[in-house]
Amino acid sequence: MNIIELRGIVKRYFVGKPNELEVLHGVDLSVGEGEFISIVGESGSGKSTMMNIIGLLDRPTEGSYSLSGENVLVQPDSELSILRGRKVGFVFQTFNLIGRMSAQKNIEVPMLYNHVPAKERARRAEHLLEIVGMNDRAKHQPNELSGGQKQRVAIARAMANDPDVILADEPTGALDTETGLLVMNIFLDLHKNFGKTIVLITHNQTLAAQTQRIITLKDGNIVSVRAGGNPIPGPQDLLEAAV
Amino acid sequence: MSIGENITQAIVNIKTNKMRAILTMLGIIIGVAAVIAIMMLGNTMSSSISTQMQSLGVNNITVYVQQRDQTGNQNFTRVGGNNIQEKDLITDSMLNTLRQKYSDSIQAFSLTNSVGSGQTTSGSKSANLNLIGTSPEYNTANNLTLTQGRFILQTDADNRRNVAVVSDKLVSAIFGDANPIGQSIFVTVGTHINNYAIIGVYQSQAQNFGGGTTASSQLPTDVYIPLSTAQRITGSSGYQSAVVMTKVGVNATDFSTTIQNMLNQYYVKNINYQVSTFTAESMVSQVTSMLNMVSIMIAAIAAISLLVGGIGVMNIMLVSITERTREIGVRKALGATNGAIRGQFIIEAIVICFIGGVVGIVLGLVIGTVGVSIIGGMMGSGMTLSVTAPVSTIFLATGISIAIGVFFGYYPANNAAKLDPIDALRYE
Ligand SMILES: Nc1ncnc2c1ncn2[C@@H]1O[C@H](COP(=O)(O)OP(=O)(O)OP(=O)(O)O)[C@@H](O)[C@H]1O
Ligand SMILES: [Mg+2]
Repeated sequence: MNIIELRGIVKRYFVGKPNELEVLHGVDLSVGEGEFISIVGESGSGKSTMMNIIGLLDRPTEGSYSLSGENVLVQPDSELSILRGRKVGFVFQTFNLIGRMSAQKNIEVPMLYNHVPAKERARRAEHLLEIVGMNDRAKHQPNELSGGQKQRVAIARAMANDPDVILADEPTGALDTETGLLVMNIFLDLHKNFGKTIVLITHNQTLAAQTQRIITLKDGNIVSVRAGGNPIPGPQDLLEAAV
Repeated sequence: MSIGENITQAIVNIKTNKMRAILTMLGIIIGVAAVIAIMMLGNTMSSSISTQMQSLGVNNITVYVQQRDQTGNQNFTRVGGNNIQEKDLITDSMLNTLRQKYSDSIQAFSLTNSVGSGQTTSGSKSANLNLIGTSPEYNTANNLTLTQGRFILQTDADNRRNVAVVSDKLVSAIFGDANPIGQSIFVTVGTHINNYAIIGVYQSQAQNFGGGTTASSQLPTDVYIPLSTAQRITGSSGYQSAVVMTKVGVNATDFSTTIQNMLNQYYVKNINYQVSTFTAESMVSQVTSMLNMVSIMIAAIAAISLLVGGIGVMNIMLVSITERTREIGVRKALGATNGAIRGQFIIEAIVICFIGGVVGIVLGLVIGTVGVSIIGGMMGSGMTLSVTAPVSTIFLATGISIAIGVFFGYYPANNAAKLDPIDALRYE
């Protein structure tokens, strides 16, 4: 089953006004379960717009979208908020950790909104900190962490509710090459060892090449789909990941 | 997100901006403190005033001659003032008629004829005094406590005796520890000079307003002599005022109107004067209504202060939400519904107001307690004022604080909830 099914997605701004602007012109995209894809394209091509639609932060002007087999666009906004918290994990370029709140508490936020009991939240947050190698920084505030450390906490937070898909919009954009690679390795680890479906937006061709499929956007259209260096895992690999 | 988590989060946020939060709370603190302090002072004052008034005797009706006033103002006639003449005074015959007509209601009259103020000297010792002629009933009407001897009797009046009842203060000033009964005092009041034999000593009442200080020994005390003796000195047989002592079970307020109407028949042709009455009861209600007015005024100030405080809270919430726009975007991306965001900020506003309310209550209790003890000091040693914490007011004040938080927090919180997540995330 495909986790993401986008059909004929059109996004227009300023609808009905003289400066009406169409930034996505009928995009189709399918992302399979456990797939790690990257979206590339020049600035202003519509990558973030597409990701906001996938992440249920925005609604397309036209088209249909099913997430994990559910037609989500018919849902009211309040329901989309809940679905977003459960099924989508966001990683941003600028980390966006909540200030005055420890790393662990930040990871617990999505679970708070998902009504996970306190004990379970703490247990899971500790586990996730371990996965991203940050368990020794659990009590640190965001302003006591380096950029790379913040992004690792942010990735742990994206994993909090065990989402169906992780959406990362230029997660290495604010990091130096070395730290960027470290963060990329965490995504690869989540994909390989936890079978996570990941959509990565990046300008970095080297990073894109490590994903299974590279989607190129140009002026609101998908202009090419290439296989990346990371082969799509066969059923055997997925089985291994699940064990 | 649970309420507990929201409260913890709110406290963290308030702590990061301590000064700002304190300034915001100030309006609430002042408003709540004012409410609590007024309640304490008001309750204590009105209860102590009514006990004091009760001691004056609720069964007494004071009848007095009053200047007719076109403006309708109720002015007491000044003693010896504005050429009040013998013909304008209340006479014995008026009072006798009154007594005959209402013998069911009237127990006695307490009458006075003031000679004036002067002094008594004995060698190097002296004491100031007011020489007052009184009827035998004065004693009961004014709750005098005799420590020695007796009060003036009808026979003293009938025989125009030169006898006097003096205060314990005067006794200690002139006679020290010696027994004063039967001794005589040499009294000078203006041109009148006479010897009076002491027949009784009364306990002087605690003076109002800081009595017991240095000046108290020089303060004049009353020296009571028989009414007829005084009348001979002043040459007047009428009264500017008289106290009507009613029998048990008579409604003093209603009966005072009856008396006033009856006596005013004698004043129909008098173009300058008429008769008015007042009762302790009516004085209590006058004082109470005055206190109520003061309370209402301060309550209005408190309300304005709370309103301003509420607006301050709203303002600070709007600022805080603008500052945290990005955080709101992030929270929405992490699954927060509009309701969750709204709840978070309303709770933050409530926490600010609640803390302000608690500080205000404590401050109000302190001010109230200090205020009550100051008033207690002014009332003199005779008054014991009980300080009662107004429990219901404390609950009310807490409730009002929370309500202000909800009311003034809703608008900013709703603005936060309605933010578009993408715009909020992009906010610099
Ligand atoms: N809220 C908006 N109102 C109007 N136009 C918008 C809005 N958001 C995005 N756009 C326009 O849509 C187009 C696509 O924007 P988008 O952010 O998706 O680009 P992007 O591919 O993510 O670029 P970058 O690599 O620089 O992040 C741009 O031309 C942008 O100006
Ligand atoms: Mg972008």
